[in-house]
Amino acid sequence: MKRKNILQGLLLLIGVVFYSSRAYAMHIAEGFLPIEWAGVWWIIALPFLILGIRRIRELVNDKGIEIKMLLAVAGAFVFVLSSLKLPSITGSCSHPTGIGLGAILFGPGPMVVLGTIVLIFQALLLAHGGLTTLGANVFSMAIVGAFVAYGIYSLAKKLGLPIWAAVFSGAAIGNLITYTVTAAQLSLAFPGQSGFLNSLLEFMSVFSITQIPLAITEGLLTVLVFNFLRAYSKDELRELSIIGR
Amino acid sequence: MTLSKKNMLIIIAILIITILPLIIKSNADFAGADGAAEGVIQEMNSNYKPWFSSLWKPPSGEIESLLFALQAALGAGVLGYYIGYKRAVGKKVERNKDC
Repeated sequence: MKRKNILQGLLLLIGVVFYSSRAYAMHIAEGFLPIEWAGVWWIIALPFLILGIRRIRELVNDKGIEIKMLLAVAGAFVFVLSSLKLPSITGSCSHPTGIGLGAILFGPGPMVVLGTIVLIFQALLLAHGGLTTLGANVFSMAIVGAFVAYGIYSLAKKLGLPIWAAVFSGAAIGNLITYTVTAAQLSLAFPGQSGFLNSLLEFMSVFSITQIPLAITEGLLTVLVFNFLRAYSKDELRELSIIGR
Repeated sequence: MTLSKKNMLIIIAILIITILPLIIKSNADFAGADGAAEGVIQEMNSNYKPWFSSLWKPPSGEIESLLFALQAALGAGVLGYYIGYKRAVGKKVERNKDC
C-alpha cells in the first residue's frame, strides 16, 4: 500500500514535470510575499547580514591586497553568473547564483553581504526580485545557499574527495538548495487549500528539474575559476587554508 | 592532463549543457522564470494582490538587457583584470628564476 503511494507520487511528479509549462524564478518578485512573511524573512536575514559585514571588515583590515582582490573576484563571479539566464531542458530559463565560489574561499559570512549587494542591484535597476522580498531572497540565496555550499564542500573534503569534486558539489548543491528554499518560502506564504506539503510539491515540481542542469553548469563554472586560482593564486589559497602548505 | 586541457573539457561540457535544450526543445518559448511564479500564486490564491510594486522598472526589454549586460560586464571586467594580472605576475616570477 505504502509502496503504491510512493509510486503514484513519483508518477505524479514525473507527469507534472513533463506536462507543465510552468517555470520558476529563484527570486520572489516585489510585493509577492504577504507583508508578515516579508517581515519575518527580513528579521531572520538581518543578523546574518550584520555578522557578514563584520567578517568582511575583518578580512579587509587583516589581510593584504592579494586577498582583497580575491574577495572582489568572488563578488564579480556572483555579478556575472546571476546575469546569465540559461536555457534548461524543461524549455524555460533560469540563472545560476555564483555564491559557491566565494563561500568555499572565504566561508559563508562574506557571501551574505556580496549576495545582498547583487540582489539590491537587481531589485532596484532590473525589477528582478524586490525590496520587500529582499529578506526572503537574501535568506535563500546568500544565507542558505552560502552555508550549504560551504558545508557540502567541507564535508566532501573531509570524506577525502578530490578538491575539484568538493568544489563542484558545494557549488552545485548550493545552487539547488537556493531554489528549494524559494519554493518552501512560497509554499509557507501560499499553502493554498491543499496545505504546505502539497503546495511545496507544486512549487518545486517544475523548477527543481529546470534547475538541475543549471546547478551542474554552476558547479562546472566554479571549478573552472577554481582551477585557475589553484594554478596562479597558490599563496592566497594557502593563506585561506584551502590547500595545504 | 594540463590545466588548459582540463578547462577546455569543462568549457565544452558547459556548452553542451547550455545548447542541448535549445535543440531538443526547439519549440519551447524559453520564457524568463520571473513572471511565472506570480502566475501560480494568483492561481492558488486568486484574491492575493501584490501590496508593493517595484520603485522603478526598465521601460523596455532593450533597457533591461542593457542593464543585464552592464551587470555582466562589471563582473567580467573584474574577473578578466584579475586573471590577466595573476598570469603576468606568474610569468614575471618564472622569468626571474631563469636568469
